[in-house]
Amino acid sequence: MGRYVIRRLLQMIPVFIGTTLLIFLMVNVMGDPTAALCGDKACDPATQAALREQFNLDKPLVQQYLIYLGNIFQGDFGTAFNGDSVADLMLRAYPVTIKLTFVAIVFEIVIGIGLGVITGLRRGKPIDTGVLVLTLVVISVPTFVTGLVAQLLFGMQWGIVKPSVAYEAPLAELILPGLVLASVSLAYVTRLTRTSVAENARSDYVRTAVAKGLPRRRIIWRHLLRNSLIPVVTFIGTDIGALMGGAIVTERIFNIRGVGYQLYQGILHQSSPTVVGFVTVLVIVFLLANLIVDLLYAVLDPRIRYA
Amino acid sequence: MRLGLRTGALAAALVLAVPWLASCGATATESGVVRAKWGDPQNPLEPANTNEVNGGKVLDMIFRGLKIYNPDTAEPEYAVAKSISSDDAQNFKVTLKDGWKFADGTKVTSQSFVDAWNYAAYLPNAQIGADFFGYIDGYDKLHPVKGKPSAKKLSGLKVVDDLHFTIKLNQKFSLFPDMLGYAAFSPLPKKFFTDHDEWLEKPFGNGPYAVTDYERGGRMKLRLNDQYNGTKPRNKGVDLLVYTDDNTAYTDVVAGQLDVTDAVPAEQLSNLHKDIDNRYINTPAGIIQTLMFPMYDKEWDTADALKVRRGISLAINREQITDKIFQKTRIPAKDWTSPVLRDEGGYNPDICGDRCEYNPKKAKQLIDEGGGFPGGKLVLSYNADTGNHKQWIDAICNSVNRVMGNSKACVGNPVGTFADFRTQIQSGKFSGPFRSGWQMDYPLIQNFLQPVYTTGAPSNDGKWSDKEFDALINKANADPDPKSAIKDFQDSERILAEQLPAIPLWYQNGTAVYGTRVHDVKLNPFSVPVFEEMTVDD
Repeated sequence: MGRYVIRRLLQMIPVFIGTTLLIFLMVNVMGDPTAALCGDKACDPATQAALREQFNLDKPLVQQYLIYLGNIFQGDFGTAFNGDSVADLMLRAYPVTIKLTFVAIVFEIVIGIGLGVITGLRRGKPIDTGVLVLTLVVISVPTFVTGLVAQLLFGMQWGIVKPSVAYEAPLAELILPGLVLASVSLAYVTRLTRTSVAENARSDYVRTAVAKGLPRRRIIWRHLLRNSLIPVVTFIGTDIGALMGGAIVTERIFNIRGVGYQLYQGILHQSSPTVVGFVTVLVIVFLLANLIVDLLYAVLDPRIRYA
Repeated sequence: MRLGLRTGALAAALVLAVPWLASCGATATESGVVRAKWGDPQNPLEPANTNEVNGGKVLDMIFRGLKIYNPDTAEPEYAVAKSISSDDAQNFKVTLKDGWKFADGTKVTSQSFVDAWNYAAYLPNAQIGADFFGYIDGYDKLHPVKGKPSAKKLSGLKVVDDLHFTIKLNQKFSLFPDMLGYAAFSPLPKKFFTDHDEWLEKPFGNGPYAVTDYERGGRMKLRLNDQYNGTKPRNKGVDLLVYTDDNTAYTDVVAGQLDVTDAVPAEQLSNLHKDIDNRYINTPAGIIQTLMFPMYDKEWDTADALKVRRGISLAINREQITDKIFQKTRIPAKDWTSPVLRDEGGYNPDICGDRCEYNPKKAKQLIDEGGGFPGGKLVLSYNADTGNHKQWIDAICNSVNRVMGNSKACVGNPVGTFADFRTQIQSGKFSGPFRSGWQMDYPLIQNFLQPVYTTGAPSNDGKWSDKEFDALINKANADPDPKSAIKDFQDSERILAEQLPAIPLWYQNGTAVYGTRVHDVKLNPFSVPVFEEMTVDD
């Protein structure tokens, strides 16, 4: 187990370097960022040269990347073009997004798995069909539409919640955005759980458990669900990374000052240190979430062992 | 096991509930404080390093320069200066009012100005507004075009005593004192130089407000500066909140979560929420949008091409576009300046006259006479990332296509990012007209013409060059009488009307909506809300 984890962690290093290099190159392809710093006016050439020098943009791309990577290993994520420390921005943005992701994941687990189990056990019944149609609708509507409609209805028409989230991002105000963020994944989780439960409900071990006369609840919780959750856990695990990065739309609509919000501003200002820094951390989150999912397999299914 | 599960659930519920409960009350609004929409400033908040509206908003609140522009009339008035005088339009004597202090209690002296200006002009400080100091004698030593600077102080600035200093310019420029209301010319406290990082954490100056809390990329709290020497603001402070989406800010104003937003999305304008009533502002601002021609391209710089340029100007139905797309938040342009200058300041709608009016018949005739569009097609370039430029570019193309009777005569060419757009402009890559906008730095006719159309000027993106025009601008600058100087500027503008290196499209208004909690909301000619004069109910 320990050796497996170490091996996985080592495997992350090339993935990490590869992804950061890719992002770094992509940001640089977008054009010279100093060209936009002076607005609709050309910076005078001397100032522009001084700015390039200040941000190391005058050096070859490879060298820029090495300098950047070197700084990251010393814990320095650089400064955005407006002088904000990127590490500072991350310290402020990540907790907010983690909170939002947490709310979304809770919805996915509670509602998604709950609905999945109910529909899986009542295949073909009206409730099953109803939920299937509903999930289809949710999956086919883009998040920004769901978000805007939810904001309009709950925030403006009915006045149940505030249309945007306050600066401190209290958990209570994150419920609606969390639900919006979770909506598509939630539908997938429902469908995945449903299929998995429906399949396993016909398996031999469940029939055995029923024959032994075990209480229904115990059969569902201990036997059926535990075996059905493996694909669902995989999905939710990888979804953590996707939700954190994908919150860009939701965070814009509800003005939540999280990762997506800072990332968007970074892209808008073409501040490469901000964009590369935030995405780098997202990559790490994604890799770690994947590792944890793999380790969770062993917990759910004792037959799986890592060496 | 059962029990374990339940305790677990209970614990989870508690963990969930604690921050939830703790958050109650954290979002209460402070009485007397205006909550306004903000965007993340693009550059560090140094006076000479800010040229966009978000950073400018803050500088307006925390600094007072020698002059200030009247929020209603744009007229330059004395602020920290008691007088600025000159006999020859080249040497100026500045006298300061006594009693001005920075928020930390230190005095505003001549040295505060001279140090600030030297800092701004010094090349290694890489201040993007450095070129505003280019008129001052000795600038080329601090800011050489190539190589290292050979001086750290502008030789044209001399401190006489705490309240007096002199400015020597490297050319005659009678309107120079009126430029000094621009934020780049603000005085800076000692701390800015001795403890730069700490100052940037919480910038302060000599203005009506001081920053009390600045959460990077999210929120800035400004409260009254008790050292302020001018008229006290009519509220207790301003909270600037960053929104990345204009629609959300608008929705928040309707729902009472936000008091003012000065970025109203076009799609909301056509259908203003019933709750907004008449709490909507639409007033002229010093912004003009033009279509600039690549005069560096030989094909556009011929006598035939001139006819084509004239034809294009006549082919654009400005009236219809400003009505339908911009909901009257823009006004069809009739010259190269802005109505905020008013007639006294040099605004004159007759200068472009019927050359800027829709005339489909004559348009087609001129374009045909000129041999059609260079390259066979009219390609209009713009950046697609901000500002919804696609809509109006497409509208112009439609207008041109209808005139030409050819649905493929004109197409838009979107460029992904603003930076890329700027890079392509600077390297002269566009072979057709491109979107161009000018937002005034200070309300002078000179600011609309010299930086944009003189030979080699920083915003002369089309690289147009005309000796007569340059000469008239120099003559206007040197004229000691501001009135006749303005006449000269208008004469130079007539050359623009003759040559059309850029077609005026429309003047952009400032727009804002505000909530029921605030009153006396207005926008100044720079389309920035006048925060000092707002009052708050409660």
